[in-house]
Amino acid sequence: MSDTVAAPAQMAATAVADEAPAAGPVVSATDLTRRYGEGDTAVDALRGVSLDVPKGQLTAVMGPSGSGKSTLMHILAGLDKPTTGEVTIAGEALSKLNDSDLTKLRRRHIGFIFQFFNLLPMLTAEENILLPLSIAGEKPDRKWVDDLMDRIGLADRRNHRPSELSGGQQQRVAIGRALISRPTIVFADEPTGNLDSKTSGEILDLMNRSVRELEQTIVMVTHEARAAAIADRVLFLADGLIVRESRDISAQEIVVAMDELGGS
Amino acid sequence: MTKFALRGLLGRKLRTVLSAFAIVLGVATVSGTYVLTDSIDKAFGSIFTDSRRGSDAVISGKAAFDLAQGNGVTAPAFNESLLEKVRALPDVRVADGSVNGEAQLIGKDGKAIVYGGAPNLGFSIARGDSPFNPLTLVAGTWPQGKEVVIDKSTAGKEHFKIGQVIGVQTLGSVQQLRVSGIVKFGSVGTIGGATLAGFALPTAQQLFGKPGKLDEIAVASKSGVSSDQLLQQIRGILPADTQVRTGTGQAHQDSKETNSFISFLQKFLLGFGGVALFVGSFVIANSLSITIAQRTRELATLRTLGASRRQVLRSIIVEALVIGTLAAVIGLFAGLGLAKGLFSLFNAVGFTLPNNGLTFETRTVLVSLGVGIIVTLLASLRPAMRATRVPPIAAIREGAILPESRFARYRLPAAGLLAVLGFASLLWGLFAPSLGTTGVLVFMLGGALLVFIGIALLSVRLVPPLAGALGWPATKIGGTAGTLARENAQRNPQRTASTASALMIGLALVTLVSLLAAGIITSFKGSVNKIWKSADYAITAQNNFSPIPIAAANAVAKTPGVLAVGNVRVGETLAFGKRINTTAVNPASSQMFSLEWTQGSASVFRTLGADGAFVSKGYAKSHHLQIGSPVPLTFPSGVRKSFVLRGVFAPPTGGSPFGSVTISQAAFDRFVARPQNLYSFVLMKGGQSDANQAALDRTLNAFPNSKVATRQKFIDNQISGLSSVLNILYVLLALSVIVSLFGIVNTLVLTVFERTREIGMLRAIGMTRRQVRRMVRHESVITALIGAAIGIALGIVLASLLIVRVDFIVLSIPVGQLIIFGIAAIVVGIIAAIFPARRAARLNVLEALQYE
Repeated sequence: MSDTVAAPAQMAATAVADEAPAAGPVVSATDLTRRYGEGDTAVDALRGVSLDVPKGQLTAVMGPSGSGKSTLMHILAGLDKPTTGEVTIAGEALSKLNDSDLTKLRRRHIGFIFQFFNLLPMLTAEENILLPLSIAGEKPDRKWVDDLMDRIGLADRRNHRPSELSGGQQQRVAIGRALISRPTIVFADEPTGNLDSKTSGEILDLMNRSVRELEQTIVMVTHEARAAAIADRVLFLADGLIVRESRDISAQEIVVAMDELGGS
Repeated sequence: MTKFALRGLLGRKLRTVLSAFAIVLGVATVSGTYVLTDSIDKAFGSIFTDSRRGSDAVISGKAAFDLAQGNGVTAPAFNESLLEKVRALPDVRVADGSVNGEAQLIGKDGKAIVYGGAPNLGFSIARGDSPFNPLTLVAGTWPQGKEVVIDKSTAGKEHFKIGQVIGVQTLGSVQQLRVSGIVKFGSVGTIGGATLAGFALPTAQQLFGKPGKLDEIAVASKSGVSSDQLLQQIRGILPADTQVRTGTGQAHQDSKETNSFISFLQKFLLGFGGVALFVGSFVIANSLSITIAQRTRELATLRTLGASRRQVLRSIIVEALVIGTLAAVIGLFAGLGLAKGLFSLFNAVGFTLPNNGLTFETRTVLVSLGVGIIVTLLASLRPAMRATRVPPIAAIREGAILPESRFARYRLPAAGLLAVLGFASLLWGLFAPSLGTTGVLVFMLGGALLVFIGIALLSVRLVPPLAGALGWPATKIGGTAGTLARENAQRNPQRTASTASALMIGLALVTLVSLLAAGIITSFKGSVNKIWKSADYAITAQNNFSPIPIAAANAVAKTPGVLAVGNVRVGETLAFGKRINTTAVNPASSQMFSLEWTQGSASVFRTLGADGAFVSKGYAKSHHLQIGSPVPLTFPSGVRKSFVLRGVFAPPTGGSPFGSVTISQAAFDRFVARPQNLYSFVLMKGGQSDANQAALDRTLNAFPNSKVATRQKFIDNQISGLSSVLNILYVLLALSVIVSLFGIVNTLVLTVFERTREIGMLRAIGMTRRQVRRMVRHESVITALIGAAIGIALGIVLASLLIVRVDFIVLSIPVGQLIIFGIAAIVVGIIAAIFPARRAARLNVLEALQYE
């Protein structure tokens, strides 16, 4: 376990230094700030965040509510625009893209896993999984689809509709949907937030294996210590700044760290 | 709670406005109809009152029986010697006689001046300063000898000035008369599209073929004489062929025809307003139930806070009441605009109505508001009942679904029962042996209403398969967006069905009309082709249906190259106690017509003689007539004559030009003053040729209101009249289609709103704005097509039922038109989707994803 508590300005350098030389960052952000509202009522959700996401790793973003972790993820995924700063995904600077280019970038490079699954109720499990490809007008690779169905453990539930699946199964479908296009990066927003603890474990395990076996890069926002514990790297946010970065940290250590930050 | 309902409406402004719009259009039609017909009524009323101003009594000719009105047959004129006798009566201060008739003015281009189907009024002016003269001189002098005064509007439009010569055609060929003056009718600016031509009495008597005769004597009494006293005195000297009425009584009599026309127009237009309101009620009911489904949690929260079911019910009803009132008030005033629009519409299709300013009666206000509010309230009942079933627990549970009503499982059987009852009632109305007109209408309208409601409820079952089939092209054209659109359309069959049903009603009616029209056209063509034997040309009036003076046919007979002219005279007689259309033919007609004779033979045409008659098979059957049976006829003049049946023919499906009884032209001309032809048919040396056509055209130059047509042209001309009626019907039915378009917009807006998070997800995983728009648009088109499919099918069924009953129409499916209706439905879908699709595409991805 390596543990550094550093000033935000030094953060980016630290993250890059920690990088294995073979894999360059797939997502990098520099000096992100995000201000909501104007004048006296203005709120600074991010106050200068820089980070790199290395390929093939699971990065967890933790922090108490109001720390800016969701805002950070939305900006990294191109769903929200930073007030200042720049995000680069797969070499493309997001600030230079219009809505249509951003949409195409999301198709090619980004997958999403949501807290409330967000499956289409009228489509079958397999249709939901194939949705990103069909929206992009691409033909699925049958072998990869079968492999993926096996990996998420729903090979025998392909033709079930979401209403016929349990919460955990629905989230597996959502993970399949995020992985199907082999995106550069998958963003997961509280993926276990709506699940019981046993199911949460299964989902975390599935995400972990996706990183290890498929070399899928994942950024996960969570406030659950147990979820963050599977990550290669945990970024702690407080008041719009990255205040701490830890590698291979245990759930217990995370709980302690969060307590120090003032609540979970 | 009431306050809460009102706040809710303000919070959902867009939805409220969209729902209200459906009712606005319906109410506007109702109010517009009243404003239109009241305005026409008032304009006509002042015309008739003006024209009898100054008359204390009016003496007119009396027909032997009540003549049908508006077909050119008038009461016989009486001897003018009566005038001197009337003037000699002690209580009579002044009396003047007049004649009148149809006087066609001819424009400078040699063409008849016709404004739509409006009449061309011709009459005598005894003296300009007569107290009975309703005209005022705008310029010039009153007519003398070979002079005429014409109305200001015609003079202006056709650029006639005083001193110029104008062609006037009455019974004979065109007469050239000098314009001595320009006149105006009473206080009215325009009297519809009617043209006026006033002549000196002797000129008019000569023009209208009534030498030494009068149609009317207007009488003013000395002061202090009561009208009873005057009438009594006049009655003492009246001959049998005349009658007397008070001035107002005569004005009332004059207005009978237009009154029945106005009341028909009123019912006709109100019918369409009713359809629009009926469709609007579907739209209101549907949007209220969607809103309630979406507000489940909110209503449940209210219930946990202690609101009773009754309070929930009341809050929904109050909401409907507010929407209904709002819509009714807007619709009431929109009706004024609509009335103006209808005036222009009728004008544009050549049917000018008199307009003396718009009339806004209290009744219009009461009925419009009442109907709008009541329809909205009725439509809100079912959604309101649903709302009361929201349990308090739904406030806590995610995605709680409304519990079904106890009667839910009876819903489909009940819908089926409604439809069956509706069809039964329709069939009873159509085929029951002895129903009065009212009975037939009640059963048919009630039946149609039940059928529509029943089918609308049943269509829940039809939506999934129909969406599957009709959505197939969308999946091919629209890719994933199309596929998702099809899935979305099937997702809530109830909602899609209700939305589509509104359009279904409009399209069923449009289809019904088009099938009836196609049936009439097909059978008419078939009849003409069957009956038309060897004639080369037909002579008809310019408007294709008015009777024409026989002088035209007589002149045609003298045209070089003409071998024979077969005439069909038309008039009215009384037979077996009933007024019937009576026609007459000359011997040459035998060369023109080929009829199927069930008794007698084609030689009947030539052997009718002075007392022969032939009748149609149906008439013979209902009056038990056989060859040799006597057929006693009474003519309008009062002359009775018994004819002998010489033949019975079976008319083809599309009808024939012949009336119930047909006699010989010679006999007809003996008993009918100023006979007229319906059509004449011409056989020419060399058949149809440019030279022959030119020769006939030359002859008819003197009869500008007649024209020549080949068989094909004759058919086309007759059908064109039907086409303009058809166009009016389509325009009026389009109103209900527009209402249903708003229904689709409404449903889509609500649906997009409901699927906000889902759209956010789709955008997040790579759906472009364009794809989102496409998805909404395809769903809209699929919904519209479902409505079209059910509507067209239902329209075909209803039309078939009617056609089976009505024996002069054959069933003919206008495939091309039905395809056009389908395309129109697609267009409706595309238009309806514009606004909701844009809203959906504009959603901010992030906000949409976080939307609850």
